[in-house]
Amino acid sequence: MQITLTVNGTPITREVEPRTLLVEFLREEAGLTGTHVGCDTTQCGCCAVHVDGRAVKSCTVLAAQAQGTEVTTIEGLAAPDGALHPMQQAFSTHHGLQCGFCTPGMIMTCVALARDYPEMTETEAREKLEGNICRCTGYNGIVAALLDGAQKMAGDDV
Amino acid sequence: MYSFDYARPASVSEALEILRSDVEPRLLAGGQTLLPAMKHRLTAHSTLIDLQGIDTLRGIEVTEAGLRIGAMVRHAEIASSETVQRMLPALAVLADGIADPLVRNMGTLGGSVANNDPAADYPAAVLGCGAVVNTDRRDIAADDFFEGMFTTALEEDEILTAITFPLPETAGYFKLPHPASGYVLAGAFVCRFAEGLRVAINGAAPCVYRDTLAEMALAAHFHPDSANDLVFDDEDFTDDLHASRAYRARVLPAVIRRAVARALNPERTSP
Repeated sequence: MQITLTVNGTPITREVEPRTLLVEFLREEAGLTGTHVGCDTTQCGCCAVHVDGRAVKSCTVLAAQAQGTEVTTIEGLAAPDGALHPMQQAFSTHHGLQCGFCTPGMIMTCVALARDYPEMTETEAREKLEGNICRCTGYNGIVAALLDGAQKMAGDDV
Repeated sequence: MYSFDYARPASVSEALEILRSDVEPRLLAGGQTLLPAMKHRLTAHSTLIDLQGIDTLRGIEVTEAGLRIGAMVRHAEIASSETVQRMLPALAVLADGIADPLVRNMGTLGGSVANNDPAADYPAAVLGCGAVVNTDRRDIAADDFFEGMFTTALEEDEILTAITFPLPETAGYFKLPHPASGYVLAGAFVCRFAEGLRVAINGAAPCVYRDTLAEMALAAHFHPDSANDLVFDDEDFTDDLHASRAYRARVLPAVIRRAVARALNPERTSP
């Protein structure tokens, strides 16, 4: 079947099987390998992307379900001149990563959380990160990055 | 995943047509349970009928019968809906505690209720409120809807279109989730109406059920302490690697106690 998605602002049309997952479309058809596959079972959140602004796990969404939507991946966050998105900058500042495998999904989730809950407390931030697993950091740096990034995003009106 | 065809009908009648004419079709709502099962090759279908294009399955509205929520309304929408928060806050709290924020952005009310997973959250609210399940052809009372583990009164070719929740005086939900999976080990949705009281228990048994023992105790005195001395027969409870049936029976009074406490203090609390 023919699928058209607008990925990071660029329409991409491909002929794919109906069983093609959104993450497969992004990595293999659009060539955007920043979106990772960790568990492939809807648990780890490494594959998080935005579909029409909502953060979802792209390993558990069919590309066909996303037909006609606007998808944003980690590659679409930074400015064209390379300036980091405030949440990316916050992850750098607060050492919100170690090996980096979960980071694209973490950042995409955190951007959505910051938009939905701009005034979240630290406790809420920890709860809301339930769908993203990191096996390196112990989460403290990630939580600090989320809270700081959310503040910066609110200030920047991103 | 085994290969399948994909359809996105624009109306319920169009969806029904495919459902009746295809070999082994399956309705696709949010896909947060179905797609993982298909990826594991636990189930396979000839055609997935994606219901997202049907506008009549969306929307949250207040009717004379109560709160009518479309089958394709997502968990995150119910959790953040001001109407739900105002009219039936326990349902908003319940929705905010399902899985994680990313799954809540895809998963739907209708998908969860039609699947009737014993460890799912929504069936407790539907049965606890005595809601009505609306389909393409009839209205089914919650008491007649949940028939057993992953089994409901829905016909093979029937589409769940909405759920109508009557509005109680007060309601509260509490669940004890499994610490790793988040699935419910034992949960209680407690609803007080002028005409009476309903307590639905999920997670503990193979299917959500109304607990008459708890209902009698709470009807006599609607207070958390009324749950303290309840003793549950665990014969029909679930016994698996996550928790023994004796454990489920032992924690249930505390679970009901907390559900009642939330009903008496229905401010939005974390799930």
